[in-house]
This record gives sequence, C-alpha cells and structure tokens, in this order.
Amino acid sequence: MAEITLAQVEHVARLARLELRPEEKERMRRELDGILAYIDKLRALDTTGVEPTSHAVPMTNVMRDDAPRPSLPREEMLANAPEPRGDFFRVPKIIEE
Amino acid sequence: MLTDLTISELGARFRSGEATSTEATRAYLARVDALDSELRAFLTVTREQALAQAADADARFRAGQPLGPLDGVPVALKDVLCTRGVRTTCGSKILEHFVPPYDATAVTRLLDAGAVLLGKLNMDEFAMGSSTEHSAFFPTRNPWDLDRVPGGSSGGAAAAVAARLAAATLGTDTGGSIRQPAAFCGTVGFKPTYGRVSRYGLIAFASSLDQIGPFTRSVEDAALVLGTIAGVDPMDSTSVDVPVPDYRADLARGIEGLRIGIPAEYFIDGMDPEVETGVRAAIATLERLGARTEPVSLPHTEYGLAAYYLIAPAEASSNLARYDGVKYGLRSPGGKDLIDMYSRTRAAGFGDEVKRRVMLGTYALSAGYYDAYYGQAQRVRTLLARDFAQAFERVDVIAAPTTPGVAFKFGERAEPLQMYLNDIFAVPVNLAGLPGVSVPAGFTAGGLPIGLQLIGRAFDEATLLRTAHAYEQATEWRARKPALGADR
Repeated sequence: MAEITLAQVEHVARLARLELRPEEKERMRRELDGILAYIDKLRALDTTGVEPTSHAVPMTNVMRDDAPRPSLPREEMLANAPEPRGDFFRVPKIIEE
Repeated sequence: MLTDLTISELGARFRSGEATSTEATRAYLARVDALDSELRAFLTVTREQALAQAADADARFRAGQPLGPLDGVPVALKDVLCTRGVRTTCGSKILEHFVPPYDATAVTRLLDAGAVLLGKLNMDEFAMGSSTEHSAFFPTRNPWDLDRVPGGSSGGAAAAVAARLAAATLGTDTGGSIRQPAAFCGTVGFKPTYGRVSRYGLIAFASSLDQIGPFTRSVEDAALVLGTIAGVDPMDSTSVDVPVPDYRADLARGIEGLRIGIPAEYFIDGMDPEVETGVRAAIATLERLGARTEPVSLPHTEYGLAAYYLIAPAEASSNLARYDGVKYGLRSPGGKDLIDMYSRTRAAGFGDEVKRRVMLGTYALSAGYYDAYYGQAQRVRTLLARDFAQAFERVDVIAAPTTPGVAFKFGERAEPLQMYLNDIFAVPVNLAGLPGVSVPAGFTAGGLPIGLQLIGRAFDEATLLRTAHAYEQATEWRARKPALGADR
C-alpha cells in the first residue's frame, strides 16, 4: 500500500531539481499517493521469469560510420540562449558542497 | 467550399486548374480569423509564410510540375514538432519563446512534398494530458460543443481538422494523444507502429512510446499523409528500416474474409452506453462488409494504464531534465547557484501536470524503488505485448472503442486519475508499439462524436487503413459538420 511521505516528496523534488512551495508539497504528496495507490495493482501481478521490455520493436545498436559531418551553425545554436557570452552559455556559479 | 474538400479532392482541383493553393490557403486563413478566437486551436499562425508557400505551389502547378498529392495543401502541426524559424512551445511557458534552428524530419517531408504550413497547434503541456486543459496558455474547445474538451494532448490538431481550419494536421500519440482527440472530435486519427515515423525534431515526452501521426477528414487522406512522413531516418536511430508501401494502393480492396478480433476487456462496466452501442453497431457493419469477427482476450488490459503511468512519467522525467534554463527556454532570475537556478526555472516554467509526472517518474526510477515500480512495469509491458501477439495469431485486426466515453465538459476531470482513465483503451497499443487508428463511428443522441478503434500488427498499417476505409465508405458520418460561426 503506497504511503508517500512529505520527506520523500522533498527528496524527489531535489532529485528532479524542482522547487516546490510549501502548499504545493502537501498537495503533491496527496496526488502522488493517490496515483501510486492505483499503480500498486501492478505489484500484485506475478512476473517471475518475464523479461522486461524497454523497447517495443526488437532492434539492437544502430550505428553509423564515425565520420565527422557539419553541425548546426554556432550562432543559430546560441540564438535561444538566455544568457549567451561570446561562444558560451553563462550560468550562475557552481558551488562545491 | 474549398475548405470542405479532402486532400484528394483539393489536389484534383489544383491539377485541373479549378482552384489554386493561394485560394485554398486564403480560405483556410479566413476561417482561422473567423473561428479561432473562439476555438483556440492555434498557438501561432504563419500567415505570410503560408501565402509564400502557396504562391510557390501555384507556380509549380502552372508549370505543370506539381510535387505530388500534397503540393499546395494547407496543413498545421501540433506545437511539439520543431519548425525552423517558427516558435515551438510544446504548450509550455518554459518554451514560450523558443525558436527551433531546425525542422523535424516529418515536417521536412511534408514541406518537401509542397504542403503549406498554416501554423502551430495547441496541446497539453509537453503532450501530458487528455483534454488540452493542461496547455500553459489556454484550452482549446471542441468544435461539436464549445463547453467541452477536444481531448488531448493533440487537442488543437484534432479540433482544427474537425472545424476545417486545416486540410490535415499532424499530432503525436504516446498514450492515446492522437486517437482519443480524434474520437472526441469526429476525425480520423492514426498512430503508426513505433519506429514507422522518425522522431527527429519531435520534442520528446516518452521516447519508447512517442509517435507522430495524421489527423484527417478521410482515411484516404490519412494514407496519403502517412506515406509522406513514414520511413527510416538516419537522424532517429529508433526509426525502423522497413519499406514504406503505397498506402493507397490496396485501400479499396475490401475486407471480405478479414478476421477481426473483439476483445472482451475493452467493453467494461461504467463505459458510456452510447459509445458501446455505437461501436458494436460499427462492428456489425464490418461483418456486413464481409469480415469475420471472433472474440479475443487481452487478459492483462487492466494493468496497461498502471504500467503506462510508470513508464511514461519515468521516461519523461529523464527527457525533461534538459529544461534547465541553460541553453534555451525560460531562465528564472535570482538563483544563488546553478542548482537553485535549475529548481526555480523548472518550478516557474512547468505546469502542475508536468510537475506531477516528473515527480512520479523520478520517484519510480529512484534507488530502492526502481525494480518494484519501473522494473515491474517493464515486465508487465512484455505481458501486454504478448497478449496482442497471441491474439494476432488468430485475427488480422482488433476492433474496439477508442475511449470509454465522449468529450467531457471543461473541469469535469480535475482529479489526475479520473483524467488518466480516458486512455485505458489507448495505452496498451503504445506499450506494445502497434499501429492504431480511430475512425468516426457516429454520434450520441446529444451530437457528440464516437470513435471506433482499429489495432493492427506491427508495420501492417496497410490492413488497418483498408479496414478503416471500408467502414468509412459504408457510412455517412463524415458528411456531418460541426455548426460554427457563420455555419450555424
């Protein structure tokens, strides 16, 4: 029986890089709990010996020759950047913990 | 009226010189101007570009050198498909001003065939939803009843075809997002086999489930559009190198002797009785046309939705990790460090449904939960695929309702789970990677469209199209049009 806690919601939000407001956290907890309770019916199924399917169509490595090709032009790739700086994307300082 | 014609009919007029692409494009744009402020199917209208493309098409027709059956035909695209130089939002604030530097392969193929792009269509944010109420911008209305949803997530694409704001549109289907709105809006909506159409330039939701497909007014038109966009693409390593047949070649062959399976698990307690009656009547029509029906069982159907709501959010949580305010899209100010910037940006840019699914997916993939949730869902996926494989040993096509109900009113399905239940008949098809189509199968007493779903073997789109065409030609549903604006 699913019973997701507020602490778990906060942990998952950190993993997902999602800032949740305090009132959002409880609502999220409640909604996820409801969905997980429905999904719990899956756990009742005996799947011993069943292979998982990650890809509906059986295909293996699709390769091409390792030969360089032209990429999209840099100016076009920077055109949507929130904070371009020269040839770079500028971001806030990355703090070491 | 030019806007009432199918692609086939329109093409014939262009070739005979009775009409031009510019006239058709102007006619469609006029309808958009008159009706879309109410319907709200479009997010972006590309008026000048469309008229320029139409002029080019007209020049080709005058020179006697049209590109093919789609040349000069006005179309529109769900805003999840990248269009070079044309804003592409995915129905999200996080991409509200994003302008892709490239065209999706499916888009390139349509444009290379001479299609005229009218604009980009509204959708549930990042294709997550079944009603288009989760668009970050505004909801789209169902042309058959403006107080009701068009379905989702390709609501704009379905509504635009139903309301004759485009001759055809492209949508995408991950868990029913073409077939369900097609059923709700009374159009043809086709989801190809997984890997049939390239996903390059399709902004990803769930990479093992997403497929692009057409909304059209006739099955023949769907065959035409599908044939244009299908085919292996070196830019998408999940696209499959299987030849693309001429989908129109066998269309009118008929279905004498075709074996059609009727799955007991798709007729459930609580479904709308008018939908059940309508679909059973459609199956009776298929029998009169010469098909042999027999009951089949897809015993794991009831687990499909649960498996989907683990697999799709899990894949989405990975695919949506890229929206971090660094290279494109929204960036929230004031972040004290990089991670803070990510967290604020995603909190501000994503809507509630997207956040819910990202959270659900992240949880299902996190340490300690991976095998019980995601791993189990993947094993159940195998069982669902086996159900279909076993059924297809005895039948060639499966016939069922597309949805358990008809288009509902805005706000009626506010609880997430209630909304998810719309897709119970749709998601097993995505999980198994099979092709599926919804065709108009009548109306309720209240005038709301009912959809018949046909499901086929992998890469057997031709048989599905032939079956759908036979049914369509034996009925008059497509003659009925929603009463809108001056049409009233």
